[in-house]
Amino acid sequence: MAVPMSNVDEIRDRVILGEFGVKNVHSTDFPGNYPGYDDTWDLKKFKKNFRLDVVHMDENTLEFDMVGIDAAIANAFRRILLAEVPTIAVEKVFIYNNTSIIQDEILAHRLGLVPIKADPRLFEYRNTGGEEEGTEIDTVQLQLKIKCTRNPRASKDASDPKELYLNHMVYSRDMKWVPIGNQADVFADANIGPVHGDILLAQLRPGQELDIVMHCVKGLGKDHAKFSPVATASYRLLPDITLLQTIEGEKAERLKRCFSPGVIELEDVDGKKVAKVVNSRLDTCSREVLRHDDLKSLVKLGRVRDHFIFSVESTGILPPDVLVSEAVNVLIAKCQKFLSELDSVAEME
Amino acid sequence: MDLLKEDFGDLSPQQLAAPVDTVEEKWKLLPAFLKIKGLVKQHIDSFNYFINVEIKKIMKANEKITSDADPMWYLKYLNIYVGMPDVEESFNVTRPVSPHECRLRDMTYSAPITVDIEYTRGSQRIIRNALPIGRMPIMLRSSNCVLSGKTPMEFSKLNECPLDPGGYFIVKGQEKVILIQEQLSKNRIIVEQDRKGAVGASVTSSTHEKKSRTNMIVKQGRFYLKHNTLSEDAPIGIIFKAMGVESDQEIVQMIGTEEHVMAAFAPSLEECQKAQIFTQTQALKYIGNKVRRQRMWGGPKKTKMEEARELLASTILTHVPVKEFNFRAKCIYLAVMVRRVILAQGNNKVDDRDYYGNKRLELAGQLLSLLFEDLFKKFNSELKKIADQIIPKQRAAQFDVVKHMRQDQITNGMVNAISTGNWSLKRFKMDRQGVTQVLSRLSFISALGMMTRISSQFEKTRKVSGPRSLQPSQWGMLCPSDTPEGEACGLVKNLALMTHITTDMEDGPIIKLAFNLGVEDVNLLCGEELSYPSVFLVFLNGNILGVIRDHHKLINTFRLMRRAGFINEFVSISTNVTDRCVYISSDGGRLCRPYIIVKNGQPAVKNKHIEELSQGYRSFEDFLHEGLVEYLDVNEENDCSIALYEHMITKDTTHLEIEPFTLLGVCAGLIPYPHHNQSPRNTYQCAMGKQAMGTIGYNQRNRIDTLMYLLAYPQRPMVKTKTIELIDFEKLPAGQNATVAVMSYSGYDIEDALVLNKASLDRGFGRCLVYKNAKCTLRRYTNQTFDKVMGPMLDAETRKPIWRHSILDADGICSPGERVENKQVLVNKSMPTVTQTPLEGSTQPSQPQYRDVPITYKGSTDSYIEKVMISSNAEDAFLVKILLRQTRRPEIGDKFSSRHGQKGVCGLIVPQEDMPFCDSGICPDIIMNPHGYPSRMTVGKLIELLAGKAGVLDGRFHYGTAFGGSKVKDVCEDLIRYGYNYQGKDFVTSGITGEPLEAYIYFGPVYYQKLKHMVLDKMHARARGPRAVLTRQPTEGRSRDGGLRLGEMERDCLIGYGASMLLLERLMISSDAFEVDVCGQCGLLGYSGWCHYCKSSCHVSSLRIPYACKLLFQELQSMNIVPRLKLSRYNE
Repeated sequence: MAVPMSNVDEIRDRVILGEFGVKNVHSTDFPGNYPGYDDTWDLKKFKKNFRLDVVHMDENTLEFDMVGIDAAIANAFRRILLAEVPTIAVEKVFIYNNTSIIQDEILAHRLGLVPIKADPRLFEYRNTGGEEEGTEIDTVQLQLKIKCTRNPRASKDASDPKELYLNHMVYSRDMKWVPIGNQADVFADANIGPVHGDILLAQLRPGQELDIVMHCVKGLGKDHAKFSPVATASYRLLPDITLLQTIEGEKAERLKRCFSPGVIELEDVDGKKVAKVVNSRLDTCSREVLRHDDLKSLVKLGRVRDHFIFSVESTGILPPDVLVSEAVNVLIAKCQKFLSELDSVAEME
Repeated sequence: MDLLKEDFGDLSPQQLAAPVDTVEEKWKLLPAFLKIKGLVKQHIDSFNYFINVEIKKIMKANEKITSDADPMWYLKYLNIYVGMPDVEESFNVTRPVSPHECRLRDMTYSAPITVDIEYTRGSQRIIRNALPIGRMPIMLRSSNCVLSGKTPMEFSKLNECPLDPGGYFIVKGQEKVILIQEQLSKNRIIVEQDRKGAVGASVTSSTHEKKSRTNMIVKQGRFYLKHNTLSEDAPIGIIFKAMGVESDQEIVQMIGTEEHVMAAFAPSLEECQKAQIFTQTQALKYIGNKVRRQRMWGGPKKTKMEEARELLASTILTHVPVKEFNFRAKCIYLAVMVRRVILAQGNNKVDDRDYYGNKRLELAGQLLSLLFEDLFKKFNSELKKIADQIIPKQRAAQFDVVKHMRQDQITNGMVNAISTGNWSLKRFKMDRQGVTQVLSRLSFISALGMMTRISSQFEKTRKVSGPRSLQPSQWGMLCPSDTPEGEACGLVKNLALMTHITTDMEDGPIIKLAFNLGVEDVNLLCGEELSYPSVFLVFLNGNILGVIRDHHKLINTFRLMRRAGFINEFVSISTNVTDRCVYISSDGGRLCRPYIIVKNGQPAVKNKHIEELSQGYRSFEDFLHEGLVEYLDVNEENDCSIALYEHMITKDTTHLEIEPFTLLGVCAGLIPYPHHNQSPRNTYQCAMGKQAMGTIGYNQRNRIDTLMYLLAYPQRPMVKTKTIELIDFEKLPAGQNATVAVMSYSGYDIEDALVLNKASLDRGFGRCLVYKNAKCTLRRYTNQTFDKVMGPMLDAETRKPIWRHSILDADGICSPGERVENKQVLVNKSMPTVTQTPLEGSTQPSQPQYRDVPITYKGSTDSYIEKVMISSNAEDAFLVKILLRQTRRPEIGDKFSSRHGQKGVCGLIVPQEDMPFCDSGICPDIIMNPHGYPSRMTVGKLIELLAGKAGVLDGRFHYGTAFGGSKVKDVCEDLIRYGYNYQGKDFVTSGITGEPLEAYIYFGPVYYQKLKHMVLDKMHARARGPRAVLTRQPTEGRSRDGGLRLGEMERDCLIGYGASMLLLERLMISSDAFEVDVCGQCGLLGYSGWCHYCKSSCHVSSLRIPYACKLLFQELQSMNIVPRLKLSRYNE
């Protein structure tokens, strides 16, 4: 059983999950707000407290803990990941021929949402408004040219379209990269094209064809969701479960079942089963325990205010760790811009 | 023990102890029922009956035409057929046609009506077969439709959707539905109170030939017969005497010999005495003098007595047959009417007009048969007229009637009636408007909902509550939720899921059977029997058949025989103990629905039957034939004790409900958990489900409709109902599962507004396609000129098409895939300036002059051309149809609704990063304000969210079927298993501050519909613009770019406030200010500084008045009223 926190510490550090609402949601550690606490911001102190642990990382997902930082800053990273890290996506669709059933606009919309593997850092933004042709530095050109035909080798009584027709399913892998200018040399081994080859774009029937050229440009998620580099990026606070009393026997069993598996384990103490919080991180905060009248007064559910468990799911264009560092770069750039603006205002006065 | 015996009859203890098995899967009877009946089977059945049976009867009734000019001449119809739909390719060459072709080419989907005739030409007798007399529009999926009995594969070959219910007509390319018409049932005695509280009885008799209404009224204790053909009310005693019942004793015997009945009738007998009428002859003379004589031109002249007798036999109570002036049956009928009134007077038990057993529904077949009979009679009388005219004239060629049989009269009559909806029949003085409606194809549900709609004949404006309110007898027959709001509320109804409407059937065998079962014929009765307490009168379709002494036996045998399949399953038999009557009905238009038969406290349908059903060994018909299930109509339901569930079965129970959710209709069936909602909310959803866009049919992309809304990515609902599965809503859905957070956000969500997630919209949520069409026909005119389509006009300098013609192909018609802007030309059509045949003598220019009449695109936003169809219509003119398409993403002001009558417009679109998110990182698609719940009490929506959330986590669909569905408890247990809160409330972090929200947020998927109302179609503003020609005031309405009206109430505000200059500016200067010259001397309007009246210009002054004011003065002058303006200086 953990030592109970002091009242002020609890207000400062914990978000409390009550039965009917969340308490202490706002951070209150402003300088001077609490007598006896030094809340002035100090780089050294911050450096000491701040921690970033990567918990899990694979090709497309990243889970890391960000500890010792204000919610506003953590949220800034989340927001930047969603909306302000640039990627390349299909922006202009030139439909030369579309005899399929799918409407031009809907097809264009679908094409736009296909993640395109091209490193956005190597490209420039295309001039907006201008009608001029894209160039090698700001445009990736893709082509989708496909025609459905009858399968000459299909057996006579076949009724399955898979067997009857060739090319009747148009997948994203059919989008072929057409290098412009020196792109063929520069991106020789970048393997530009759709990230996933198995996204169904359209279905065709014999005689129908698609002849489409796409221009992909660099853009931001706030302009359109297709430019967002993440499937989602979000965080949750580290759950913190405090048992206020020793809970044993049947109650302990019940308590265990109230939480996600692995959160509470039962220990054998003098032949009795005693509940113990093992890994509160695994809890999904379903607050199930609060439905048990006899248990709800025995536990305190909380979340650590400055412990953010981030989870970033990349669409596959860039690895998630790169995305996070890009997001940091964006924030740095914003800060620098802001500082320089401030300077220029100061100069003017 | 005796007590028990009394309660449970002669059941053995074992039987009593056996628990009532619940047949879990008995709902499976429902798909089986719908498989054979379908949702629109009533329409199709009735139409099939008409074209296969009824039309032959009509022909039989009007089979012979004779001529006054030649007694030897005649024409006799031998047979009549309705063929298969076809289209005339060229002269006398036809080919079968598909419904879709008719839709596209603006033709009528109709089949020829052919007859076999026998007639005389000169002295020859000729038989001709298969002569066409006209064309009959064919109902889709009826027996004569090309679609009947086709497989889904064949449907797709015909460009038809296999899920389309059919039951409508295609007339001039438009899909038309003949709505079900509700009427008071014919040929039944209705006892009712008039406004003054006097009790009377009335009968609306209807036969093929005649329709008349007979009333029985009481005036000062005396009974009178009231009828249109009688100039004054006839005392009932005299009528009896005129019908041959001369003795007072006999009359009283028939009416009833109870003390109070005799007392009540005595004054009426006295009346006869007073009028000194004792014999039939006297009575007939008396009535003969009261007959209103109209018509009766032609035909031999009749005496008044004969006329009166004729009237009594054929016009009064038409439906009671009188053969060779044997009035016995009619007398007894009349006596029963009198008796009913006398009995009702005492304890005021009058009949309820709104009781649904007293209603009959008229379907397409019945309405068309009325129309066809009228047209057929007209056709025949025309032939007779022609014969009368031509036969006397001696000609070289002998009169051949076949040459005069013109097809267009019947064809046009049918087509016009269906396309306009005006049913006017001279015979019955019927003139109804709005019988047909255009099938609404906004969504699949709206089309389906239209097929089950019932319209009532009541006036919409009358403020009566009776016909509008929900009647207990409507239980299970009509949907209690699906009715419009407003003026048609309760008058327009919808059928429930399992309702069937009967068609007419032969009553001959039923009469025979009834007599065999011990019914004594009326004609053999003395009359006295009628008032015996144990004797019950037997009615068949409103006619008295006879009396029965043991009515229990009659009814039981009758029902047993019906269950055994010896009698048609739709024949109903029921008793009315208070009136001591047994009613047998076999007429069409009764509502009925199937029930499981319960015998000895056990339902006849067992689990093994249902097993066999699901294995396909059994069909619904087998259940009927084996006496496990039977149909009950509204009247028979009253005779039965129907248990809702198995555990409610008692020893008296006769039937068991198949599934309680079938009491809802098609539209209400979409609502998940409707039994948890406040009832008006379900009604609202029924109206809104019809406006939801989604998919309308598998052939939607082949259609060229005037307006079609489709959803880009429609989804099946997470929470479905049994009804949804049964009507294939899952295959043609109209909506999307949106993740909803119930919370307040930003203040742009007041008054039910919704906050949408921008990223969701980017990814395709609520994206819709709007299709419109443009049409153009190229005609040939009488003077050998024709419309032309010219190629695009080229710019003189650039040699490129001018902007307006930039999307035209070389043939002058726009090409598919192009983007059209406002005012661009779609078809560059030109028309000859002279289209009439020139008068004789005047010279015609050799080269006809043409003027441009281009079809232009009008619309505030650009469209794309989806496809262009070039064809020809029925008149052989070229027909060009262009399908235009717009893709729209939701914007602020677009309307959405959940399935619980909770509509709202989009108030704000928020970027994803500003949206709140839950622990798993999910952002809502929609944020809904919680204030929408307390006053609406749509608990069903809350449960839908829970069930949807559990379904998403579990990867399965949950059921929200009415009176059933997934239990909240089970659903919540699922949530816990997946680590979510039991109540569905999640810990949510604000996307703006990054800090947690103070409240837990109700969070999960709800099925949302996008409604057809979109701002893009409604937004309108104007600074300057067109004005009306007559008044010079701004035009009205968005379509004419009209002004926004400063109405009366707004005007009142300005007056009250005293803003006179603003008032002047709004009402005159910005509207129709006009400079007039007024002569100060005569006060009349002058013209350019000159008074025409005074012939001077010295007193003329110029002032500004509204043009409408000037117009008023001139109009008054034209009516010889002189308005004079008195002018004075305002500072004087």
